[in-house]
Amino acid sequence: MATHQPLPNQPAPVTQRGVIRWLRANLFSSWINGLVTLVVGYYLLTMLIPLIDWAFIGAVFTGDGVDACRPGKACWIFVEERFGFFMYGFYPEALRWRPTLAFALFALAVVPPFLPLPGRLRRSVAIFGLTGLPVGGYILIAGGVFGLESVDTSQWGGLMLTLILAYVGIIAALPIGVALALGRRSEMPVIRGICVIFIEFWRAVPLITILFMASVMLPLFLPEGVTFDKLMRALIGITLFQAAYMAEVVRGGLQAIPKGQYEAAEALGLGYWRRMRLIILPQALKIVVPGIANTVISLFKDTTLVLIIGLFDLLGAVKSTLSDPAWNNVMAEGYLFVAFCFWVFCFGMSRYSHRIEKQLDTDHRQ
Amino acid sequence: MENNGTSFEAEALTTPVESAASDESIIQVNDLNKWFGDFHVLNSINLDVQKGERIVICGPSGSGKSTLIRCLNHLEAHQRGQIVIDGVELNEDVKNIEAIRREVGMVFQQFNLFPHLSVLENCLLAPVWVRKTPRREAIEMAMHYLERVRIPEQADKYPGQLSGGQQQRVAIARALCMQPKIMLFDEPTSALDPEMIKEVLDVMVELASSGMTMLCVTHEMGFAKTVADRVIFMDGGQIVEAAPPRDFFTRPEQPRTRDFLEQILQH
Repeated sequence: MATHQPLPNQPAPVTQRGVIRWLRANLFSSWINGLVTLVVGYYLLTMLIPLIDWAFIGAVFTGDGVDACRPGKACWIFVEERFGFFMYGFYPEALRWRPTLAFALFALAVVPPFLPLPGRLRRSVAIFGLTGLPVGGYILIAGGVFGLESVDTSQWGGLMLTLILAYVGIIAALPIGVALALGRRSEMPVIRGICVIFIEFWRAVPLITILFMASVMLPLFLPEGVTFDKLMRALIGITLFQAAYMAEVVRGGLQAIPKGQYEAAEALGLGYWRRMRLIILPQALKIVVPGIANTVISLFKDTTLVLIIGLFDLLGAVKSTLSDPAWNNVMAEGYLFVAFCFWVFCFGMSRYSHRIEKQLDTDHRQ
Repeated sequence: MENNGTSFEAEALTTPVESAASDESIIQVNDLNKWFGDFHVLNSINLDVQKGERIVICGPSGSGKSTLIRCLNHLEAHQRGQIVIDGVELNEDVKNIEAIRREVGMVFQQFNLFPHLSVLENCLLAPVWVRKTPRREAIEMAMHYLERVRIPEQADKYPGQLSGGQQQRVAIARALCMQPKIMLFDEPTSALDPEMIKEVLDVMVELASSGMTMLCVTHEMGFAKTVADRVIFMDGGQIVEAAPPRDFFTRPEQPRTRDFLEQILQH
């Protein structure tokens, strides 16, 4: 008998691999699917081609002023010319390196989860991001000390203001939210009651009302002569509003932790705060990373509401230039630019939270 | 009872462990009463445990055996009666509760390891945060106990990567790392696959022979025969009978005990 010779492996038939296989499986798996693919594809093309032509092919990217624009095509010169204003609002041009530097530091503090750094370094960067950065960033942007020229908050604006509102809102709302969540599960009725009332009150009121109250009504109740920075009032309003949402997200995580974890921690003799800090919160917060990301993204977009109290965030800054008579009909470009900026940041946050989720996953559950 | 087959295996495995019980009392329970709502779950329990004594508590489900040992480290609060552990009375005073929990280790049916911490970190928690042992010393001690439960090589893994038997042995090591005077076991083998029961029982037998005061709620009658100084049978929230294993298994006094033993030792 002849010795067995293994046959060489052969490539799969051409219809079973690569692009063709993918097309067959996903787009043309039956004649109905094939038809739908063709119809949808046709309409997509008829809509996309003019859009691409408007936004890119026929659009004007460089040039001088409104005269360089072509009718019926996008005029990105408008965005280019006002870019500084969109980014910084009325912040003095000569001092704009200060917020830029602050945001560069911010980027540095945010990047570490993506790098293979030793745990200790990563932790100190995180602590810096939560404590040193807000203080340092404030000093850089507001000035008034260390020989930095003071810039009034009424001059802050644009994307810079959007980021500040979102960042401070998140950084401050998270610890308050955690405290409220713990308080709502407390065995002490007074503490529980206060937390429930706080959460239910702030969650039941629209953010726009809170901002309005903070900017218009609060001054009425304050003693005469006491004034509060407008931005500060908006920040406090946003923070408390978000804290209430955050509290409920975190509470969801706390409730998902099995009772046995609480009991095991108690049986080891750990006190309440240590149980929470070492055992319960690390697990609970890990569970609710998607929920926190959700809240953060919605907060980021909600910051546009400060428009109604006269703060010029990115949307406000763009909107205020649209009525400029020197530029006719640049509304689409302006709003698209805003949408693009928001999308970039929100998508970034979404990916970031996925990354953190992966990194924290040590459960190895099957 | 399903785990009878394994009970007999364990029975055949080991020769009785010599008693280390002294006549110094470490746990006193007087007239302990507890209710869950209207349900009288513990009814006038009196129990005195000597230092080094090994007690096995058995009984049908709902008889209050788990609740009894959970009262001893205040995972459950009692409503009437007195519990004194190592000279400290257990009441609502948080300081007393924490003092007692430092001396009492507990092993749960569901292991309850902390999934976000490695095996070693699980073992370090109590020594570092409760006992304030310097970290290096605590690591040495944790490794010592992990060796004693025969899984030092798993120190850097996470609980989710271990088998049930390994997890339960880590849980025992974690409790031992606090260097408790008393160990409570709440059905430590009930959630395990039959093959893994033995590895956990072996560790418990070894621990018993080292002179640890142990209270075990278990259905492993082989374990009871081998290591217990006293077997306590509970039913309806009361202690029906308490006797050394030889008497308990061969000539139980109460008819209720005989019924129970017949049920679980039949096969």
